[in-house]
Amino acid sequence: MKQTTVGGNKRKAANFLAMLGLIIIFVAYMFPFLMVVINSLKQKRDIIKSPFSWLFTIKGLSFDNFVKAFNQMDFLNAFKNSLIVTVSSTVLVTLLAAMLAYYIVRNNNVISKIMFALMVASMIIPFQAIMIPLVSIYGGTLNILNHRATLIFMHTGFSMAMSVFMFHGFIKGNVPIALEEAAYIDGCTNSQTFFKIVLPLLKPIISTMVILNSLAFWNDFLLPSLVLTDKKLLTLPLSTYSFYGTYSADYGTIMAGLLLCVIPILILYIVLQKQIIGGVVAGAVK
Amino acid sequence: MKLKHKGKDFCMFALPGIFCFIAVVIIPFLYGAYLTLTDWNGVSNVKNFVGLKNFAGVMKDKQFWTSLLLTFKYVIVVVVLVNVLAFAIAWLLTRGMKGQNFFRAGFFTPNLIGGIVLGYIWQFVFSRVFVSIGEATGWKIFEVSWLSDPGKAFAALVLVSVWQLSGYMILIYVAGFMGLSEDVMEAAEIDGASGFVKLKNIIMPLMMSSVTICLFLTLSRAFMVYDVNLSLTAGAPYGTTEMAAMHVYEKAFTSRQFGVGQAEALILFVIVACISGLQVYLTKKQEVEA
Repeated sequence: MKQTTVGGNKRKAANFLAMLGLIIIFVAYMFPFLMVVINSLKQKRDIIKSPFSWLFTIKGLSFDNFVKAFNQMDFLNAFKNSLIVTVSSTVLVTLLAAMLAYYIVRNNNVISKIMFALMVASMIIPFQAIMIPLVSIYGGTLNILNHRATLIFMHTGFSMAMSVFMFHGFIKGNVPIALEEAAYIDGCTNSQTFFKIVLPLLKPIISTMVILNSLAFWNDFLLPSLVLTDKKLLTLPLSTYSFYGTYSADYGTIMAGLLLCVIPILILYIVLQKQIIGGVVAGAVK
Repeated sequence: MKLKHKGKDFCMFALPGIFCFIAVVIIPFLYGAYLTLTDWNGVSNVKNFVGLKNFAGVMKDKQFWTSLLLTFKYVIVVVVLVNVLAFAIAWLLTRGMKGQNFFRAGFFTPNLIGGIVLGYIWQFVFSRVFVSIGEATGWKIFEVSWLSDPGKAFAALVLVSVWQLSGYMILIYVAGFMGLSEDVMEAAEIDGASGFVKLKNIIMPLMMSSVTICLFLTLSRAFMVYDVNLSLTAGAPYGTTEMAAMHVYEKAFTSRQFGVGQAEALILFVIVACISGLQVYLTKKQEVEA
């Protein structure tokens, strides 16, 4: 809303109060993160004595907790696992969903209609309604749990419907068919047309979908916990979970471990803040 | 797309995507419906057809109904609080003050972090920080950890969920407020509409499309809460904060009653689908064009 000059002083006072309220709420929101940062540098005795103090600690501040957490969580390995799973799943689902959506938009036949209707309808099924049979099929009959590839495949399948839905809307509204016709006249094949003409036009929706999907994959806990149990394959949320189970009384180390999990995303967020916020809004509003 | 090679096009463009989707979503969903009719325990090769016995088992599973009731209570409180709070903050943020982007980005931060990590952060806050505030000030409310008292543990779960979800809804409401036509607002002001009248008669109807989205998102997320539930309370104390989604997990993977667990999951799914559908239908009816 635009600030108007009507009722100058009253308006100013109201704005001041609003700002004050906002700052108080904001500080309350950030409070848990602040606690983590402060206590990640302290030893257990000091944390129990007072979680707030920072300057007057008996044992002083140190990065020991971080070293310990880093080693105990096998942080590098878990980070690597998360990265492989997130990147592969994101690339796979983005590409396959774009192609499938393109096929559906450009082939207005019965199969397209059935596929699209099936996917849209499936979007209301919560993961919990599928997880039990999923484990029994992939764990029992096929016996292919405990592979990264299985998790990547499942991530891809689960985010397919939503991604196709988004790409479908975008292609329908923003990709002029005349461009493709021109490409065909110039002798392009279907796949050349898709990769050289259509895909570059999809950039805005691709960036939205990459942000939404990769955030979801990176932070997912339930699906990876069902698929991966081998210690070497654990992703970050999983290794945090098992780390917490073992060290829950060692507050300093726990805080350092949690902070280690948060830092990489936070750095990415600071760099790509505009894109991430824009992507989330675009994803939700459609 | 040229219509020359129909089969080849389908195989190349549509098949890989639709295969993943069917293999991971459709087949397990159908197989799940079949599982509810068997007595499978998750390990053995023997699956006996037991008809609707599992659904009778669901009826007898008191814990499930308790957790479902608790989930309803949780969903109502969370949905109302999240939306009121996010709406209010978004309104404050769009009054044209400085630092709007900074605040908006800050409020969104919890959404970037997984529920497991968030739950653990808050566990520390409830069990150490609040208790320490209690010791220092003598305030009764912080005397013992909230997580060890059933009623307060529920409140803690609500608090964390509201904190986690509202940042996302703030983004959507802010986008909604930014889309409000300035002409309309100015016209209302010239006509002498007071703050409350303006909110009720002008802003609310125009914001209904944002409300529809936010209600839908908070409803479906709150109903399926799992990560934060697991890491913050894990159902403790004495299973009094075990939500429906967590109960389903326990039933299948801990008690090894896959059939009953899946039957409960399906019931939960039908309930969520009906409520979300009803909500979208009702709020969509309220939407108006500016």
